[in-house]
Amino acid sequence: MDYKIQDPSVPGPSETPSPVTDRNSGPRSGEQPSTIRKFLLSRGSSAFADKGFRWLMVLCAVSIFGIVALIATELTLRSQLTISKFGIWFFFGSAWDPVNGNFGALPFIFGTLVSSLIALIIAVPLAVGVAVFITEMCPLMLRGPLSFFTEFLAAIPSVVYGLWAVFVLVPLLREHVNPVLIKLLGWTGLFSEPNFGIGMFAAGVILSIMILPIISSLTREVMTAVPQSQREAVLALGATRWEMIRVGVLRNARIGIVGSIILGLGRALGETIAVTMVIGNRPQIVKSLLAPAYSMASVIANEFSEASDDMYLSALIEIGLALFIVTIIVNGLARLLVWAVTRGAPARA
Amino acid sequence: MGVGIQVTNLNAWYSTNHALLDINLPIPANQATALIGPSGCGKSTFVRCLNRMHETNPIARVTGSVRMGDIDIYEDVSPVEVRRRVGMVFQRPNPFPTMSIYDNVAAGLRLNGFRNRRILDEVVERSLKNAALWDEVKGDLKKKSGASLSGGQQQRLCIARALAVDPEVLLMDEPASALDPVSTAKIEDLIFQLKSQYTIVIVTHNMQQAARVAERTGFFLNGKLVEFDSTHKIFTNPGDKRTEDYITGRFG
Amino acid sequence: MTNHYKSSAANRIWRTVANHAATGLAVLSTILVVAPLIAIFIYLLYKGASSLNLAFFTQIPKPVGESGGGMANAMVGSGILLAVASSLGIPIGIAAGIFLAEFGRFSRLANAVRFTADVLNGVPSIVMGISVYSLIVLPLKHFSALSGGVALGIMMIPTITRTTEEMLLMVPHAVREAALALGVPNWRSVLSITLRTASPGVITGCMLAYARVAGETAPLLFTAFGNQFWSLNLNQPIAALPLQIYVYALSPYDEWHRLAWAGALVLIFLIVVSVSLVRYVTTRGVLKGAS
Repeated sequence: MDYKIQDPSVPGPSETPSPVTDRNSGPRSGEQPSTIRKFLLSRGSSAFADKGFRWLMVLCAVSIFGIVALIATELTLRSQLTISKFGIWFFFGSAWDPVNGNFGALPFIFGTLVSSLIALIIAVPLAVGVAVFITEMCPLMLRGPLSFFTEFLAAIPSVVYGLWAVFVLVPLLREHVNPVLIKLLGWTGLFSEPNFGIGMFAAGVILSIMILPIISSLTREVMTAVPQSQREAVLALGATRWEMIRVGVLRNARIGIVGSIILGLGRALGETIAVTMVIGNRPQIVKSLLAPAYSMASVIANEFSEASDDMYLSALIEIGLALFIVTIIVNGLARLLVWAVTRGAPARA
Repeated sequence: MGVGIQVTNLNAWYSTNHALLDINLPIPANQATALIGPSGCGKSTFVRCLNRMHETNPIARVTGSVRMGDIDIYEDVSPVEVRRRVGMVFQRPNPFPTMSIYDNVAAGLRLNGFRNRRILDEVVERSLKNAALWDEVKGDLKKKSGASLSGGQQQRLCIARALAVDPEVLLMDEPASALDPVSTAKIEDLIFQLKSQYTIVIVTHNMQQAARVAERTGFFLNGKLVEFDSTHKIFTNPGDKRTEDYITGRFG
Repeated sequence: MTNHYKSSAANRIWRTVANHAATGLAVLSTILVVAPLIAIFIYLLYKGASSLNLAFFTQIPKPVGESGGGMANAMVGSGILLAVASSLGIPIGIAAGIFLAEFGRFSRLANAVRFTADVLNGVPSIVMGISVYSLIVLPLKHFSALSGGVALGIMMIPTITRTTEEMLLMVPHAVREAALALGVPNWRSVLSITLRTASPGVITGCMLAYARVAGETAPLLFTAFGNQFWSLNLNQPIAALPLQIYVYALSPYDEWHRLAWAGALVLIFLIVVSVSLVRYVTTRGVLKGAS
């Protein structure tokens, strides 16, 4: 086989004028090259700087552990008084009597749970509906604005929601919605006079608006993570669009959707400001959802600065500790479920 | 002047995958040495052992010795120091995307702490001229980003960047494989001119390229160095049957 | 040959009805969600815009009973709090992100850090507030802008860490290799090459964290505490926009309600701007420089 062989003694393959003949280009002329080389040779191995840098980064990352540990220990330490006095019964007592030093957290647990439940009942169907619409049904043009919209909802601060709730939502409920609920559903005992507007139901409604974007955007994420092949397979069997969504997408994504619901629950449990502004701040356990109530976060927000003695403070901090633990568990569970669905799936188209 | 490299009993692993087996190889100074072989034969791995880039992979391991001049690059110095004396040009051009042309070429010096503006200007100009890119970019040095050039220009920019730190050895891992024929020809011209100043090791898939630019050629197969001789001999009268099979296109 | 398919006319009609009903419900949900949001926004504009005047941006609140006044001190206070928060949250967040992306990506430590950052993210803001109260306010025996800034800074860390890690991972491996092959020390390569290439994304991550904590009230209730007067002192209680809105909204004075609406509008406006900027940067050209 014949190749154009490069014999070492024959000059180069091309005739173009060599830029090497330019005076400045030869590194053997002048001192510059050895300056460069000398400089670089003197730089040293920088192993020390590299190690130091690595340790600094590790330190900062580990500080996150430190912060969480600090929070946990502070909360536990400063609630020792009520922990030792009431033990587990703290969470089952329904009397909140700071004057006499009797603290029972049940009304707040009740308030937090029920308002969050109301929020979920209202928000989940709507959020899934919006997610389904945006992902599977809406014209492409609308998709961008709509998703921007729902993201924007998530960015609105709690205090603004609260402000709107106090001056717009509560009167609306009091004048127009609650009377209807009392008339239609009063027989259940869940909706009865007196109707002040503020109360458990109002808190649940504003919470539902606040957790809706989280559930919706996460649901959208897990829905888009379902591969297109799944949808096509169902359609190829002659399914209608809704059937394709139900069987091809929702069924595959249901673990992730459950995860996003739990994440929404986690957010609702810890929500403070908007709830405080409309829940009514009365530590009681009653059947009517239209009655004032109190949540764990709200009692802390309202009474912390008035806690006159150590026992009072300890009780409030213990409620904070409980909130801390519960939200960790709930959020951890939610992350696990969402992670399991979205990481295992191929990247979004 | 460039410096010669003596490789003795070099073995390299990726975890349990024994990628290079007992490589012994004298790379002469101030010449171009080509490494050829089919895909996956270990030539890229070998070249990455010469500037200790192989060990940036966390599952990589190396034994044996590589002496550059009178220094064992694994025993006597740190990886960072080795890489300052050995330049590398990669298969796909990889200029720093957020930097201008000037900053790209000066990067190796600046990021090691070199500050003298006047000398930097000179070095940048000289390197770009040596890389045959100066005339095309001299007006836009600081305005154009490195990533806005064409593929062939980007690769020459990477060559300029490697030359700016005045290395003693220049490693080129299939530098023209991602480029069009015109750019490839320009780069081959470049190598031809540069080899009188540096020791060049070039990995290539293209046998004609090896034949055109290199004085000596090594043939790798399955992690072993099968044959190493003058390019002329390898391509006209190879000593090993496997070399002959590869050259004549029976496999690879 | 009998037809085994269950496609009786009734069945087909039912399926079609179900399909349309589903579409209708989805559209209805969307309307039910979008409409209140638009309503909120319009109401906010209507109520807030009329109260926005120069005085709002330049004066501090007037005593009860007098009309006029503004929230200038609250806006400046929020700025100071955010500055303190950033000086804590941004370095730690970015450093943790660098650790997760560049050192030990899949190691157990890295996974533990990611999990813990998520835990920190989920801590209710009121709990964060009382923890910082315990840690800083009690020992110092007074409320302070410093404690408020620390509370907000801690809340910024998880967001910044997560986005920094994501953005750093998007920098192509080839760019890192180019830097290393030049003999650049690893620390310099990470900072000057990798981080710099990813900087548009990292900055938007910081802006996201900003937007989130700028509207927080609960952590400030017992740390920054609020202040009716001008204060630039880090060691004193300080006013903050969301805090001021909260207090005014719950007060019985119409004048303060008016100011609350104006404040809410300003707050929303700032957040809209940040969120839009983030959206613009992440979906348009700026990030293209990184890949």
